[in-house]
Amino acid sequence: MSYFEDQDAGKRFRGRLSTASVLMLIAFFVLVLRFFWLGVVQHGYYETRAEDNRLALVPVVPNRGLIFDRNGVLMATNTSAYTLEIVPGLAGNIDETIEGLSKVVTIEGKDKRRFKQLLREAKTFESIPLRSRLSEVEVARFAAHRYQFPGVEVRARLFRSYPLGETGSHALGYMGRINTKDLERIDEEGQAANYRGTDHIGKTGLEQRYEFEMHGVSGFESVEVDAGGRGIRVLSRTPPISGNNLNLTIDARLQQIAEQAFGKRRGALVAIDPENGEILALVSMPTYDPNLFVDGIRSDDWDVLNTDINKPLLNRAIYGTYPPGSTFKPFMALGALTVGKRTPQLAISDPGYFNFGNHTFRDDKKGGHGMVNMYTSIVHSCDTYYYTLANEWGIDGLSEFMGRLGFGSKTGIDIDGEAKGVLPSPAWKERRFKRPEQQKWYAGETVSIGIGQGYNSYTMLQLAQATAILANNGVGFKPHLVRSISDVQSGQLRTVPLEKTHDLALKPDHLEVIRNAMIGVNKEGTSARAFAGAKYVAAGKTGTAQVFSLKGGTYSHGGTKEFLRDHALFIAFAPADKPKIALAVIVENAGFGAQSAAPITRQVFDYYLQGIVPKGPAPDAPGEPEPERRDLALYADPMNDDHDALSGLNAPESQTGPFVRMPAANDALPVRKKP
Amino acid sequence: MSRTVNWRGVLQPWLEHVDAPLLKITGLLMLVGLLTVFSATWSGQERMPSQFFNMAAALTLMFVVARIPPQRLMQLAWPMYLFGLVLLVLVMLFGIKVNGAKRWLSLGFTRIQPSEIMKIAMPLAMAWYFHHFENRRWFSKYIGALLILLVPSALIAKQPDLGTAILVFSAGFYVIFLAGLSWWVIGGLSAAAVAVAPLAWNFLHDYQQKRILTLIDPTSDPLGSGYHIIQSTIAIGSGGVIGKGFMSGTQGQLEFIPEKHTDFIFAVFAEEWGLIGNLILVVLYGFLIERGLRIALRASTTFNRLLAGAITMGFFTYAFVNMGMVSGILPVVGVPLPFISYGGTALVTLCTGLGILMSIETHRTNR
Repeated sequence: MSYFEDQDAGKRFRGRLSTASVLMLIAFFVLVLRFFWLGVVQHGYYETRAEDNRLALVPVVPNRGLIFDRNGVLMATNTSAYTLEIVPGLAGNIDETIEGLSKVVTIEGKDKRRFKQLLREAKTFESIPLRSRLSEVEVARFAAHRYQFPGVEVRARLFRSYPLGETGSHALGYMGRINTKDLERIDEEGQAANYRGTDHIGKTGLEQRYEFEMHGVSGFESVEVDAGGRGIRVLSRTPPISGNNLNLTIDARLQQIAEQAFGKRRGALVAIDPENGEILALVSMPTYDPNLFVDGIRSDDWDVLNTDINKPLLNRAIYGTYPPGSTFKPFMALGALTVGKRTPQLAISDPGYFNFGNHTFRDDKKGGHGMVNMYTSIVHSCDTYYYTLANEWGIDGLSEFMGRLGFGSKTGIDIDGEAKGVLPSPAWKERRFKRPEQQKWYAGETVSIGIGQGYNSYTMLQLAQATAILANNGVGFKPHLVRSISDVQSGQLRTVPLEKTHDLALKPDHLEVIRNAMIGVNKEGTSARAFAGAKYVAAGKTGTAQVFSLKGGTYSHGGTKEFLRDHALFIAFAPADKPKIALAVIVENAGFGAQSAAPITRQVFDYYLQGIVPKGPAPDAPGEPEPERRDLALYADPMNDDHDALSGLNAPESQTGPFVRMPAANDALPVRKKP
Repeated sequence: MSRTVNWRGVLQPWLEHVDAPLLKITGLLMLVGLLTVFSATWSGQERMPSQFFNMAAALTLMFVVARIPPQRLMQLAWPMYLFGLVLLVLVMLFGIKVNGAKRWLSLGFTRIQPSEIMKIAMPLAMAWYFHHFENRRWFSKYIGALLILLVPSALIAKQPDLGTAILVFSAGFYVIFLAGLSWWVIGGLSAAAVAVAPLAWNFLHDYQQKRILTLIDPTSDPLGSGYHIIQSTIAIGSGGVIGKGFMSGTQGQLEFIPEKHTDFIFAVFAEEWGLIGNLILVVLYGFLIERGLRIALRASTTFNRLLAGAITMGFFTYAFVNMGMVSGILPVVGVPLPFISYGGTALVTLCTGLGILMSIETHRTNR
């Protein structure tokens, strides 16, 4: 078959071939148009897209500000540690990954449990710590096996650390991982961009309140990344600016001594410098180690803290409210002088009881104290004197005067979680109760108020603040924990300005009477044993607060179940003529104020005024229970024996003592659900 | 010292069947391929040396094939086609599944992909068919051709391997087209194809449907099947006119382009060489096709010219489908960029095609 035989076919073939050529040319032309469109017309857009792919702005977390005590002792710092972290979105099967990792580095059951907990709360592409504080050897071992574990990394991170451990933890607070609630707070502060790389935040205490002072300003690194998000090289860097340091009013050594003075006992102590409102010690016992919270608390540690019957996480000093008991009496006396209800000399005869209506209010001393004037009423803590005083004064005036001393209102201390307490008044009662018969104020209730019982319920901070106002001749300053803030970058020191909150314009001779009586308490009165041999003159007053009304029952110190025993209180200031320190202390369920609360105060004063370091916890003052009033049934409404009212009293606005709920502090913490 | 080797004498039998223009163009394309494979893989698993050996082997095969006279190729056409068909059936029955597709036959020591044989066997058999039945009545002629065309194409499409099926089908179809299938029939078939398209849609695999959908809107599945297209168009677009420079494309170097040394190698090339590089590449393919078509035009027998034309248009299909999919105007199918994508199999097929073209060209005079 020759070419010439197929002339027609050949012609047709050539035709088809040229058609095909044209079609192919058109197709290539379309391709070229497409290339032109992408590379020239849309070039800018695609260039941006490529840059977006390539560049990641990685935030560089600033160093958190440090916390120093008033003498420059370091209380909170940052330490770097290696953590083993997993990004769940990149790691594939998490369980297998952890199983494999546990062959390379030590991973305990509690590490796994904490990880699972954090995993439930985390976003997919968040890096979640599995193990923290890896040793150099472990880091090296992991590095050798790294290729087996996609999405797993060892990172050097800065962790908050508290060199003094448990000391002052309720003032310092603790850190935790940022949760949804924290994010809202960050947004409100307009700090969202600044917190992009931050994953821990102050949860309580100063760490929380001064979060935005101490956080600092995030830096940024422009990093070239590959498709897997791994950084290839750093292109540019804006360094972070460290957070500001806090200089506290707390004296760390004093704080430590005060905490140790409590021994194993529960309670709270607030010590204030009366001349400026600086808080020298803020103790809530038992305390806890905030270091445990730093990288997400392990659930078993949390369980121990959270289920401990002693409630170590509760800040008793500012959130626990207690009846002040007899520590209320100096303030009652001062009020009586100020409003003219009593003179110092006026003496009453104390038969050992006070009849009101058909109810008898008993004094602690059978047969009474005999003739009692203002001085002896304080020194010997005579109840009858104050029953009659309160009854004559009336609730309105009494409540108004106590309000001026700060009772029943928040002091405005610079940490969160402060309770208001209860300053009883007819208006309060009307707000507090629903039923009309409960809302009514009965004159008999005023009588119990006079000796610091009844509805009275205050924080130790309020009681210490009132004591400081008394010590400073009626002038008070807002209690605060931060003295100054130092800006690391500029070297500037910002002093927190003093805020005068109280000026009661009291008469010096009235103050003199109360001061003398309180000096008498420590010399010849209820706490004389605790202050025997002191080289300075201290003014004080003991108190006992009832936990439960044991109506008609017999009180027996040792026989009552521990948590039903009375709380021991003490207020004091020293040196009496020019006070440098004023404090309020409560020892829960310890019985009598003089027995346990006064010796703690003695150790605190001895150290603060004389530098004497105690050898151990404050001993209970030896000997017989001092004659502190512990009459009962004072919560009871003498006019109306209403048990509903009573049960309401046992749980006023915030509950009392060890029955206080935990503050709703931290929803990021693992809370094991009870089956 | 008379150990002079007569190189000319040794190479003569090889060189006389080589078509110099084709070899030069292919050489340039392979050079581009080696450089781009190097740029795409140097930071990870280095592929250039092994691609160099692939090319050497494929070129050797090309020289061998070029020496086979077309008459001999004609004799091989049917045995090769039937052999390929039997293997395809065996694949269907005993093939090994990799990534959900049954494309390979295990021979114990190695695996082969029979569909690749069909890329050559199909135009061979089809050209043979029209060579022998050129004067038959058109109806029976085309029914036979349709069978030859559809049976292997369908078997390959079912594996599934849409890319290869398209290449095999188009290779056969080009022969039918060049043989002079009536425009009416072509028009009618196209209309029918459009009509059954919605029906055929249901026969497509999920992932194939997805690829077509993502072509229409890549952003509908940015992390799934749309990811390839999005990243490759970013690469081409960000390359601009002059490109980012050899080994400096961020999309390619930082692994944003998937399969960057195989099917998507064009994105790496385009990013680094820009529009100018793309134009040069298109022009090189254009020269390759032009040379092939010229060979077809000059070919002496029906078999030769149909075969040469179909193989040349096959090269076009490879290049157009690959660049079209990488630049986002065609759906993603597994078609490599000829002479540039990494991989020995494609090179062997392409160089066999080149060898056939050379054989047709160099055996023209001594028939």
